[in-house]
Amino acid sequence: MNAAGFPLLSLLTFLPLVGAAIILSVRGDDAVVARNARWTALWTSLLVFLLSLILWARFDRGTADFQFVERVSWLPEFGVGYHMGVDGVSVLFVLLSTALTPVCILASWEAITARVREYMVAFLVLETMMVGMFCALDMLVFYVFFEGVLIPMFLIIGVWGGARRVYAAYKFFLYTLLGSVLMLLAILYLWREAGTTDIPEIYRHAIPAAAQAWIFFAFLASFAVKVPMWPVHTWLPDAHVEAPTAGSVILAGVLLKMGAYGFLRFSLPMLPEASAQFAPLIFVLSVVAVVYTSLVALAQEDMKKLIAYSSVAHMGVVTIGIFTFNQQGLSGALFTMLAHGVVSGALFLCVGVLYDRVHSRDIARYGGVAGIMPSYGLVFLFFTMASVGLPGLANFVGEFLVIVGAWRVNPWVAAGAALSMILGACYMLLLYRRVAFGRVTREDVRSLLDLSPREYAVFVPLVLVTLWLGVYPQPVLAVFEASVASLVQRHEAALSNAARLAGL
Amino acid sequence: MSWTLAMPEIVLAVAGLVILAVAVFPKRDTFFPASMAVIGALLLAGVLVLGQEEGTAFGGQYVADGFSSFMKLLVILGGALGLLLALDWNEKEGLGRFEFSVLVLYATLGGMVMVSANDLMTTYLGLELLSLPLYVIAAFNRDDARSSEAGLKYFVLGALASGLLLYGASLVYGFAGSTNFDRLADALTGGEPASQGLVVGIVFVIAALAFKVSAVPFHMWTPDVYEGAPTPVTAFFAMAPKVAAIALLARVLLGPFGDVAAQWQQVILLVSMGSMLLGAFAAIGQRNIKRLMAYSSIGHVGYALMGVAVASDEGLRGLLIYMAIYILMNVGTFAVIVSMRRQGRAVEHVDDLAGLGRTDPGTALWMAVFMFSMAGIPPLAGFFGKLYVFLAAVQGGFWVLATVGVLTSVVSAYYYLRIVKVMYFDQGVGALDRAPASLSAVMAGTGLFNLLFILWPAPMLAAAGAAAAALLT
Repeated sequence: MNAAGFPLLSLLTFLPLVGAAIILSVRGDDAVVARNARWTALWTSLLVFLLSLILWARFDRGTADFQFVERVSWLPEFGVGYHMGVDGVSVLFVLLSTALTPVCILASWEAITARVREYMVAFLVLETMMVGMFCALDMLVFYVFFEGVLIPMFLIIGVWGGARRVYAAYKFFLYTLLGSVLMLLAILYLWREAGTTDIPEIYRHAIPAAAQAWIFFAFLASFAVKVPMWPVHTWLPDAHVEAPTAGSVILAGVLLKMGAYGFLRFSLPMLPEASAQFAPLIFVLSVVAVVYTSLVALAQEDMKKLIAYSSVAHMGVVTIGIFTFNQQGLSGALFTMLAHGVVSGALFLCVGVLYDRVHSRDIARYGGVAGIMPSYGLVFLFFTMASVGLPGLANFVGEFLVIVGAWRVNPWVAAGAALSMILGACYMLLLYRRVAFGRVTREDVRSLLDLSPREYAVFVPLVLVTLWLGVYPQPVLAVFEASVASLVQRHEAALSNAARLAGL
Repeated sequence: MSWTLAMPEIVLAVAGLVILAVAVFPKRDTFFPASMAVIGALLLAGVLVLGQEEGTAFGGQYVADGFSSFMKLLVILGGALGLLLALDWNEKEGLGRFEFSVLVLYATLGGMVMVSANDLMTTYLGLELLSLPLYVIAAFNRDDARSSEAGLKYFVLGALASGLLLYGASLVYGFAGSTNFDRLADALTGGEPASQGLVVGIVFVIAALAFKVSAVPFHMWTPDVYEGAPTPVTAFFAMAPKVAAIALLARVLLGPFGDVAAQWQQVILLVSMGSMLLGAFAAIGQRNIKRLMAYSSIGHVGYALMGVAVASDEGLRGLLIYMAIYILMNVGTFAVIVSMRRQGRAVEHVDDLAGLGRTDPGTALWMAVFMFSMAGIPPLAGFFGKLYVFLAAVQGGFWVLATVGVLTSVVSAYYYLRIVKVMYFDQGVGALDRAPASLSAVMAGTGLFNLLFILWPAPMLAAAGAAAAALLT
């Protein structure tokens, strides 16, 4: 059995489905159903979050092995099994998913009024898929969860989204599906080669160098869309803008991390030679993403779109960090992912606060909000600063580590990554100035109410986490230190092995 | 030589005659009891198939093995569920005549004979026994111009296909010296390439069967017939005949002609890719849901034929799994389509489903499950169907085929999603009538299968693996 003494990861994965089943069984008129659905969803997601804290407490930080492992034979003759487990790379993403879901449900408390039951069911199913994906240690199980995310997200964007929701939902679904099916081919190839889909098993199996490039690009097709990397990022601004606030939070907070997580779980350990060979390509794409999307963000008139483009830029920093293959770069990438998950999620919530009151995301529509909603102005400023990379807040630690790691590879790449902080400051401060400062030009802005207790409940934990990550990051860094070290070590061993073979 | 081996078919044929004789006499409408009797007979035949021994009968004309049992169960399932869908529809449309159920029975019987065929003659017999009732039930709504047109169109093209089959069979006989599959297999195990005439014969046989499974380039009739025929008949068309013809195609190509795979593989590859591409792109513009399902079925046949094209154990297993899952997705989808009525009148446009997510959440949920399953999105069953044929293609090194397969599945996801979009995102145009209980039960049953298949895939995979092994040894 595992460190928890019971199948904790499966419980975390499937408990939300139980909540969804309960919500589906509620009978009564619309108001009763809606109230029950909200509370059931909130309690379920809180329970899942509390359970996931066991992971944090019992996780052994000294080893790079998979922990809390569960195995159930599923299709033994095909070498496929239900295999769950977490290591330092994935455990924090499980926590991120379980932590953001209750926040999202709280954030949708009043914003969602139509079809509340279906909405909450979709969110709980989404949580199942996300947690399952980060825990899966079997490629087929991983793929099922990875793709399964599409169904609830498609419905969330399409049913509860904004004016162009149908277009955005299609674009999101088809883009991601196109990438994923190519990954499926790669998975099938690995399955044929290794005779199993068990991920740790495949780590021990050297993939022929000739095939690695193909497999690498098949995985890249999927993960690059998911991250998203330039030039396949165009679905993201649409999806973000049209999704309801909570959908954007989950999208930015967790779904974008799935691509980067895929690189760490598949590309790096399974295809070390191809990864090293194509790292320059990734660097170029990432630096282009940082510069290009930052400049695009500067020109946006829509708050959500601006933050969406900033996400692409931040994820560019993450991919740079991943492909540095050193301790600082990888730790920085992981840390940036977590920090970005919290901070950009919070920024979308900030936009949501205004949107709930005024029903507009137009930057020009606002002005002087800080004077009218002082608490909100402070929270918004806090997360703006965090996103910019102010030392002492979450993003700084990660991006700094990535820059250090990138410097060891190539100073120019480091300079590209550093541009993200400079340009980020430009567009975020511009956004904040135009929304929060200046004269109040609209009458309806003058009568806005400040944060409600529910909104405090949403923001306070996020503020605390952001501060904690920024001021004392060591407990978090310690979680993935061992796993990252072993990843780096394995990568270098594989490369020197290949070099030796080439020398023969 | 033991005629008792063919007991399922014999029982079914006799039961059909008895039902026909008995149902003639009462003055009143006997559609419902006759249908129940037919479904009972089909279930009985299914039980007999389960207990069937292996071997050949009628001078090697008839074969029973693990493969035939698996496919026959699918054919019977398709027949029984197709008739179940027709129960309510035929009453409401005034088509409640007992001949309908007997015709379905004989078509199913024809399909079973095809599955068990071990000789080109039996093949032809089974094919005709399957086709003749189909021509009739396609035109069963005889006062409707579209239905009559469908029947006529199907008959003319079907007759052509039968002609092709006979011509191909005679060429095979002339160049290989036998029509029996076992003797053909013996004659062709030299390792040397088959003679030109034989190859032409094989291609003719393939063409005839490709017509029955509506694979590109013999698919032209499909959209018109699917649209024109009464909806439950369309559902039946998409299931039993397809399974039987696919089974026959697999048996002919992988059995007697298995050793000359290099000669026909290219043909099936092209047919498979063409079907996948056409099924994906041509369905995009369809507004009529029956036409859309016609193109969708063309696409599905393309995926299934991937399993034949790779000519391997894994491919055949993938094909069997695909057909089983296909039947259960399809019958559910058609249950929804059959239930589409507004104020008693049947409607069949995609837009008629608008707002179904609000007005009838249950039906909409199942339809969404079927659509995502057809698109091959995990964790639904349709994903596993595709997974195993893709796996077989990759294992055989057919990268182009596999790549075309995954890319077309993305394209086809578009139109499946469109139905989900219409149901959930669009404003309604007024509620549809409530689905009758029999259809709701079919929807729920097949919907649960699609949802929960992921939990216990092993039994079906094992059965399919055993069936595939039975054919290839």
